[in-house]
Amino acid sequence: MTAEHVAELASEPVDVVVVGAGPAGLTAATRAANAGLSVVLLDEQDAVGGQIYRAIDRADSHLKHILGPDYAAGAALVDAFRRSGAHHIANASVWEVTRERCVHYVKDGKIGGYQAQRVILATGAMERPFPIPGWTLPGVFTAGAAQILLKSAREVPAEPPVLVGCGPLLYLVGWQYVRAGVPIRALVETTRLEDRWRAKRHLLAAVRAWPSLSKGLQLIRSLREAGVPIHDAADDLHIHARTDEDGVERAAALSFRTNGREHRIDASVFLLHQGVVPNMQFALSLRSQHYWDAAQLCFAPATDAWGELDVPGIFIAGDGGGIAGAQAAAGQGALAGLAVAQQLGAIDLPTRDREASMHRRTIANALRIRPFLDSLYRPRDANRIPADDVIVCRCEEVTAGELRGFVALGCLGPNQAKSFGRCGMGPCQGRMCGLTVTEIIAQARNVAPELVGYFRIRPPIKPVTLGEVAGY
Amino acid sequence: MKHPAFASPDVLVVGGGLVGSSVAYGLAREGAKVTVLDQGDGGFRASRGNFGLVWIQGKGNGLTPYARWSRDSAVRWPMFATALAEETGVDVALRQPGGFHICFSEDELAARENRLSTLQRELGGDYPYQLLDAREVRERLPALGPAVVGASYTPMDGHVNPLKLLRALHAGMQRRGVRLVSGDDVLRIVPQEGGFAAHGTRDTWRAGKVVLAAGLGNCTLAPQVGLNAPVAPNRGQVLVSERVAPFLHYPTLNVRQTDEGTVQFGDSMEEAGFDDFTTTRVLADIARRGVRTFPFLKDVRLVRMWAALRVYSPDGFPIYDESTRCPGAFLVTCHSGVTLAAAHAMRIASWIAGAPIPDELPAFSGDRFGLAAPDADAISVPAH
Amino acid sequence: MTSTPLFKTLPGADALVRIWFNDEPMRVPGDGSVAAALLTAGVSRFRATPVSASPRAPYCMMGACFDCLVEIDGVPSRQSCMVTVREGMRVRAQEGARELPPVVAQSPEQSDDR
Repeated sequence: MTAEHVAELASEPVDVVVVGAGPAGLTAATRAANAGLSVVLLDEQDAVGGQIYRAIDRADSHLKHILGPDYAAGAALVDAFRRSGAHHIANASVWEVTRERCVHYVKDGKIGGYQAQRVILATGAMERPFPIPGWTLPGVFTAGAAQILLKSAREVPAEPPVLVGCGPLLYLVGWQYVRAGVPIRALVETTRLEDRWRAKRHLLAAVRAWPSLSKGLQLIRSLREAGVPIHDAADDLHIHARTDEDGVERAAALSFRTNGREHRIDASVFLLHQGVVPNMQFALSLRSQHYWDAAQLCFAPATDAWGELDVPGIFIAGDGGGIAGAQAAAGQGALAGLAVAQQLGAIDLPTRDREASMHRRTIANALRIRPFLDSLYRPRDANRIPADDVIVCRCEEVTAGELRGFVALGCLGPNQAKSFGRCGMGPCQGRMCGLTVTEIIAQARNVAPELVGYFRIRPPIKPVTLGEVAGY
Repeated sequence: MKHPAFASPDVLVVGGGLVGSSVAYGLAREGAKVTVLDQGDGGFRASRGNFGLVWIQGKGNGLTPYARWSRDSAVRWPMFATALAEETGVDVALRQPGGFHICFSEDELAARENRLSTLQRELGGDYPYQLLDAREVRERLPALGPAVVGASYTPMDGHVNPLKLLRALHAGMQRRGVRLVSGDDVLRIVPQEGGFAAHGTRDTWRAGKVVLAAGLGNCTLAPQVGLNAPVAPNRGQVLVSERVAPFLHYPTLNVRQTDEGTVQFGDSMEEAGFDDFTTTRVLADIARRGVRTFPFLKDVRLVRMWAALRVYSPDGFPIYDESTRCPGAFLVTCHSGVTLAAAHAMRIASWIAGAPIPDELPAFSGDRFGLAAPDADAISVPAH
Repeated sequence: MTSTPLFKTLPGADALVRIWFNDEPMRVPGDGSVAAALLTAGVSRFRATPVSASPRAPYCMMGACFDCLVEIDGVPSRQSCMVTVREGMRVRAQEGARELPPVVAQSPEQSDDR
């Protein structure tokens, strides 16, 4: 392959590239394509749906019943997308989006690329890290992982699991398990009385979002009615190991303290969850401006009212821009699609603004419950900023104590700490440790997280092989 | 503004990267009281973006003292690494088994022969190297691909873990009482009675001597004290793989396997200004060369890609100077901060502390680029 | 594999396929990911870390944590949660840093570089 041929191959022109096929990506691609633009939707999974509507094409009525009505609602988004004429490329691992809107991906070992007029990033959320002693042991999963196993493989824990942490997704998984007939060993909540008191400040707004609020209350009530043992205000979480009959070291018990009493619960599967945070890898690699959201305890990209970053022509929609849930994501995707369609001359301003107002109402409704949720389910300091002996960087096995040592050596931020100790240099590229590292350094220096900053994120956003890059 | 807890240091070192830290560590070992002024977590920081080579072969073409200076540093490196390990417990993973410059054409091989034989002649024969043909190089590096026609090899070359080196230097400095001030930029250095004042955005520091080791920042600082540092950024891009089982026990110029097992691919050079973004085209070139060198790495996953800005003088050689207008102001800048770390810690530090100037140094004066640039702010901004 | 699997399938799940893990044959649910399949077959150690040889298994199941890396059909460092399981796959735990293919003695090319 000559260099010239390769260069042609790698930059097919297109109006819009959308990265991510969850609710935001689906509605963005749909609206842009319906306006007559050429649209490519790149996603790494087999089928569209993202995480929240994962495997929705394959789900039968029984599974949909277990998963609940919110999941089933995703089917409408998928249908609309299919009818829009947007081009979906599955199993495409996007590894680079440049500031000049080149999008490079790998599929089945072959490279591909687009030169887009506009890019809409819709890569969604990921689980907040939950660095407690023993969190790296086999048998410990995120609650999101449990949902993925249920949706995509119809699998549930073989023995009653322990659910640990806080946040609506944790209760949702529990509720889905109850509906599937899966016994739950215990729900160990970290939410305390003072979280409930603090959240009450936002109760009035929450009550206005009654449908979400009542849904949440119902989840917990169902768990109680199903006889699931519930412990709250748990701290000093510690997952203990044992060596099994095959000689494998794995998770075996969770110890914790609540109301002054020590508890220990034996199990083989532990599902951890303390909220989700934006997946910012692409936005950060573009060096777009980010700000620290003190309510959500994470960084989020700065955008205008349509989701456009300070990098011209690149938009962000959905949880990747700030956690707001699936309904808001669908609305934001539509807004981005409208904005892009207007910018490229496919629709006029009045059309854009008329349709936008409907989506803005949806988004505002969805956002109403957030201050209450963020306050009530605020992850505990000790579970975000762990003790010295806890592994923070799973890939390179760097502990919190080692990080504090780098601060003592003069490290002011995560990038210096990364160069001193390799934390953040492994294949996950800081997804599992980035926020923890920022907060540990902030606490050690006694400054705000926004002054500490975050890892410098660069491509490849997903690993590519030497041979694949050689093909560009 | 004097901090009552710290008596005024003897030396201010502006820049806490590999160059500044090596010099500061060396000065501290000489008994000097040192304060290092370093930038924040962002910043271009050549120290975080280099290949980790302790490389001699081919250097000094056009300026023989540089060949001698580099070689001397390589000879001192084991001593330097041992001192750091003993003082700080950090093993910087120095390995000096010799290194290869892989060639893909007879022309390349001929050019290597030319360059190395010239250097050998200029150094009076004291410059061991070998030109290896296709068969010979494969005896040493069995995994080489069929496109490799040969290589030049010298026993003088090696590599080290540059990030561990920086960490060791910081730990060593700390143990020897060097004060590290992080997170400020030095805007202006003003000569005054008894020494110099360095003004940052928040604070001012004073000392009898000042060392400019601020990389690209030296460009604006140097004229303030009568020195000339016409350095400009030169971008290098690097690919880094996941950890693989050890297979490459020698460094090569473009591919090396680190002590952690990751494989690095590199050696591009571009003039791109102050832009440290990677570009797909250059990374693809680096990847192609990597695959041609070691084809069996084709399916290895790349987990990091980065670009960093070398600190490049117009001829590519270091600039070492003491100001004649402001004696006590020193300039230390180069793009081989890893290879020269031993020389900086030992010979440059001694010179700054008052020892006679090393023989090689006059060749590296900034005067070789013509008159010093006028200090642009000298008249308009009052010293404060 | 004597220990209890970590996960099991709900009734009505897909037909089984046959794969190998560390040369041991097993029947696993088809059509899901390799990680999901191995979890039902009693595998709870997918790899050992390069840094300390600690045992790891899937954590996030969505391609973010890289703890589920295994060798599939001779190719190391595959994220098993991102690969669909297929009949006949040969999967191996990844022990530390990935292996490289064996070096085949290459005679140099006669012609100049391509």
